[in-house]
Amino acid sequence: MSGVALGEAPVRAPRWETLRLLARSPAFLAGAAIVLFWVLCSLFGERLVPIDPYAADLLGTLDPPSAEHWFGTDQLGRDMFSRVIVGARDILTVAPLATLLGVGLGTAIGLVTGYFRGIIDNLVSRLVDAVLALPLLIVALMALVALGPSNGTVILAIGLSFTPIVARTVRSAVLAERELDYVAAARLRGESSGHIMVMEILPNILGPIFVELTVRVGYAIFTVATLSFLGVGLQPPSPDWGLAISENYGLIGGGYWWAVLFDALAITSLVVGVNLVADGLQNALDQ
Amino acid sequence: MTDDALRIEDLDVAYRVRGRDRQVLRGLSLAIGRGETYGLVGESGCGKSTAALAVVRYLPRGGRVRGGHILLDGQDVLTLTKPALRQMRARSVAMVYQDPGRALNPSIVAGRQLAEVYTQAGYSAAEADDRALDMLRRVQISDPARVMGRYPHQLSGGMLQRVVIAMALAVDRRLLILDEPTTGLDATVEAEVLDLIEALRAEFSTAVLFIGHNLAVIARMCARVGVLYAGTKVEEGPTAEVFEQPRHPYTVGLLRCLPRRGRNKHVARLDTIPGFLPTAPDLVRGCVFTERCGMATDLCHDTEPPLAQFGDRFSRCHYHEQAPTLPRATPSELPVAASRPLTRVPVLRVENLSKTYMVGALGVAALRDIEFDLWPGETLGLVGESGSGKTTLARVLLGLTAPDAESIVQIDGRPLPDLAARRSPAQIKALQIVFQNPDSALNRAHSVRRIIGRALTKLGGLRGDAMRRRLLELTRAVRLADRFLTARPRQLSGGLKQRVAIARAFAGAPRLVVCDEPTSALDVSVQAAILNLLADLQAERQVSYLFVSHDLGVVRYLSDRILVLYLGRLMESGPAERVFNGPHHPYTEALLSAVPDADGRIARIPLTGEIPSAVRPPRGCVFHTRCPRKIGRVCEEEEPRLLARDEDSHSIRCHLPTPELGRVRADLAVPA
Amino acid sequence: MTLFLLSVLVFAGGQLLPGDVGRSILGPLADQRAVAVLDHQLGVDRPLLAQYGDWIGHFVLGDMGMSYIYRAPVAPFIGTALVHSLKLGAVAFVIVVPLAILGGVVAALNVGRWLDRVITLTGLSATVVPEFVSGIVLILIFGVWLDVFPITATWPPDSGILTQVYYLILPSVPLVLVLFGYIARMARAGTVTALDADYTRTAVLKGLPYRTVIWRHVLRNALLPTIAVVATQAGYLIGGLVVVETLFHYQGIGGLIYAAAKSHDFPMLEAGVLTVGVIYVLAALGADLLTVRLNPRLRFGGAA
Repeated sequence: MSGVALGEAPVRAPRWETLRLLARSPAFLAGAAIVLFWVLCSLFGERLVPIDPYAADLLGTLDPPSAEHWFGTDQLGRDMFSRVIVGARDILTVAPLATLLGVGLGTAIGLVTGYFRGIIDNLVSRLVDAVLALPLLIVALMALVALGPSNGTVILAIGLSFTPIVARTVRSAVLAERELDYVAAARLRGESSGHIMVMEILPNILGPIFVELTVRVGYAIFTVATLSFLGVGLQPPSPDWGLAISENYGLIGGGYWWAVLFDALAITSLVVGVNLVADGLQNALDQ
Repeated sequence: MTDDALRIEDLDVAYRVRGRDRQVLRGLSLAIGRGETYGLVGESGCGKSTAALAVVRYLPRGGRVRGGHILLDGQDVLTLTKPALRQMRARSVAMVYQDPGRALNPSIVAGRQLAEVYTQAGYSAAEADDRALDMLRRVQISDPARVMGRYPHQLSGGMLQRVVIAMALAVDRRLLILDEPTTGLDATVEAEVLDLIEALRAEFSTAVLFIGHNLAVIARMCARVGVLYAGTKVEEGPTAEVFEQPRHPYTVGLLRCLPRRGRNKHVARLDTIPGFLPTAPDLVRGCVFTERCGMATDLCHDTEPPLAQFGDRFSRCHYHEQAPTLPRATPSELPVAASRPLTRVPVLRVENLSKTYMVGALGVAALRDIEFDLWPGETLGLVGESGSGKTTLARVLLGLTAPDAESIVQIDGRPLPDLAARRSPAQIKALQIVFQNPDSALNRAHSVRRIIGRALTKLGGLRGDAMRRRLLELTRAVRLADRFLTARPRQLSGGLKQRVAIARAFAGAPRLVVCDEPTSALDVSVQAAILNLLADLQAERQVSYLFVSHDLGVVRYLSDRILVLYLGRLMESGPAERVFNGPHHPYTEALLSAVPDADGRIARIPLTGEIPSAVRPPRGCVFHTRCPRKIGRVCEEEEPRLLARDEDSHSIRCHLPTPELGRVRADLAVPA
Repeated sequence: MTLFLLSVLVFAGGQLLPGDVGRSILGPLADQRAVAVLDHQLGVDRPLLAQYGDWIGHFVLGDMGMSYIYRAPVAPFIGTALVHSLKLGAVAFVIVVPLAILGGVVAALNVGRWLDRVITLTGLSATVVPEFVSGIVLILIFGVWLDVFPITATWPPDSGILTQVYYLILPSVPLVLVLFGYIARMARAGTVTALDADYTRTAVLKGLPYRTVIWRHVLRNALLPTIAVVATQAGYLIGGLVVVETLFHYQGIGGLIYAAAKSHDFPMLEAGVLTVGVIYVLAALGADLLTVRLNPRLRFGGAA
């Protein structure tokens, strides 16, 4: 009988291929290692450090690095090393939560505007454009000055300021998908709009959404650190890196470099790590 | 012969995919003499495009030549230095490929791109412009000066392909390579482009390598043909001989798959070639076609057949003399048809159907005054070129867009709401569609089971065990093996995907299925299987089809009645055989003559000009601007009415009286 | 349309900031009646719609109201700050755009090879490092240890253009780093798409030399999307410089907005934010116009 399948061997399940590709990429592995390190620090840091990060020693302020204090001490005599290790915790809680908020909300908005188009889409898009006209930082800044800085409000502010960008990305992905025939086929089955958006279109755009997520986490970390630096993010006595830098950078002129350099390096390593992971994922998914 | 324009010897080409080498061409050898035309034929994946790219040394990233020689005019292309290679590309060989719109740079005017060829050949800028103008005239562009200044997106498909041909033949070439140059063009435009290529070739005595999958086009254009399967050449010889007396089982199979004149679904089934392309052809020990060959023996499994020569023909088969006796893969007997239900009311009745789009303030009539009846178990073929409105008609019937107010659409005698959202579940499941492109028609994130299952739940109202049972019934009916149920679309071949789409459409036991070019994206052998499937399903369930296709052979095979559309108007409607054999509308006549036929040649009736824009349709009869049988003023001023011409409800919209609507008028035909 | 919405947003946002205006100015110890009088004088007890209309009307004419804190017209503050930010932004722009485009194109021409990976990864890494981090590292290295560049961007009055640029180089580097990756990635993507296109194949098969193919055929299609992207960065380059300005003690508009937000100086705040938004929208408009001009498909209509 014609066509009774002498079939082709199906292509190996795509997910395993992706993992294999990732495992072979040195950039991805390096990034993942760094991120993993900091995650461990944030989870177990307090138990691992030798000296209490909050303990002030007013006799030993601004000591350069030594055998006892590997990274030296800050203005209040607190051990820099411990503070650097523990400083990972807040940033690694706030940034991912903010990202999840932004991506979740943005996806919902993007789906609805991309699918329905028409007036809603026009209005919302204009709104999005208007909000995007302002640099992210300014918006977050204003929000935080208004709401008062705390972990919760930082999450809210950053999450909400990510929403328009994510919404726009999701919207263009949806616009492309809805032209495909399977969407027409679904409509011809009498499927409701909600069903089409969530069950038909959404699974196909998870790829770009996921990529957005990983990229946004990087930006979230960036923004949390910057906001702390400006004083509207996390508050003292948190050992957060951005905060520490803002507390101490005036001292650079006096040659007290250790008070800022290590925090700076910590931030750099974390953001670079996150982005290497994001880039690796993006490349692997592109194959 | 040292006088050969092109000589390929033992060419091996492989692609590197994810760290592994996949061999695409194996030991390919062919020779094209000066001024000769050679056709390279095969289905997708056979390697023919790779051969073309190898000749100009432009294999995509990851492609490598592993052995062999390519001698163009005596020089080995593969050993040329970079400057010499450029010289060769500028002077000796040119390539024209599919999709002319993409072949031209969208940011540079057509004229400059053409003139570039001349400046590269050494002419001054002013001379180059002059010659470009002249060349555009040679390719029958009526207003060359205007076209010179236009950007590619401002030109139509046919015109673009002419510009590309002009670029190719701008300077005298030894060899012109054409890779599916007319795929995607309308039939009448295709015919003109092929005529043009013929004429220019004769004038310049350029050798031509014509690559394609359409046997009819190759038969028309090429003196010799080579058949390629899985990277190996399996047969070669003068075209007419090879097609009339094929001597390789693959060629035999291919020719049997084609819907030909005289065959239709009531007469016999199309034969098919079972199985699929081997995934690793270089690992096959014996003959590469063994798995799918109906007369394979142990000898075929173990030893690769040598290239047998007889006269000026070659065949790579142990049993080439017995090839024509290849047993059929598909029995030709038709299944027992269910009895046609006796109804007085047609499944679908359409009257006065019009659809007007608003473009700014202007109304564009995509459809005007369409009327037809469709009975159970009947196939209505919809024929027309771009701008004819056939897609719009399909969309209107399905409820994806609403027709104009005065249109009447009735299903089973009752009015059908214009939009799908307003239809009852019963109406929705009665009207389903099979799309052209199986890749976009199936949700790539869902498994086959889910795709069909969802349709069963939503359209058939089935759940749980009942649904599962019906699912298996459906997949068996479309001959889809059980193990594909868990697969995702990307793991399936085109033919398999289309089976899934068909199963999905039949989930709710529809009364009418719209088939929108369902086999256009498939290979010939797969197409035959799908057409058989559609015919079988129709016979078993007495379902009606609205079959849209640009391939007249396919339409002829499946259709009981035909509608011919031009610029949104119904030009002719009637039983298939009547419409095809005549008397028929002048447009139908020209269309039929434009289609190259593997069987024999019909005298061509050329149509002048381009399809007019739908925004400003011609007054009177819309076809009069191109009609070779125009009577005179009456055609320009008064639109003819659709009149029945005989008792078989065969209607034609033309001012000419019935006796004059005959076959080809000798003085107008171009000799074959 | 966007501008209108923007102005509404800004106004609304300003209104959301907590704290009564009069009270902020006079301080927590002032008498309640005095606060009410001041509020009335400032007009903040009028209906919102009237306030908005008043504000917008004046803004368009250049009058941005009076700063609560300084008791002086806002406009000159905005003006000077804007000029400062523009200078800094311009220096960064002039450095980063050619560099990034070059980087992206070179990466695309060497896709998959080490040069490509290096450029891409460098760009990527540089982008995510917060400006204050890179700023501080740069200050440490070039300002303190090597002492090549000044560490605050305050040049002596009446300095010539070159001196000003000299002072601005160090602050512009963090900006360059942040933008490089993004622009280079767009340039690279556009070039890769163009290289794979059929028309590039046609050009090569005409026998044209490689350089001509790239220059004449590939680039103009490759860089079209990049232009739009570059323009959108303009908004950031004007208003998003808060951090750099703080680090280098530079009076730009970002810092002005920040200070205004902290001190609840609404007129200053709103004027500042709206100005930044306006500039961004103008830049986007400019980019759109440029794109239409350069893309023949948009410039001339459909099939003839």
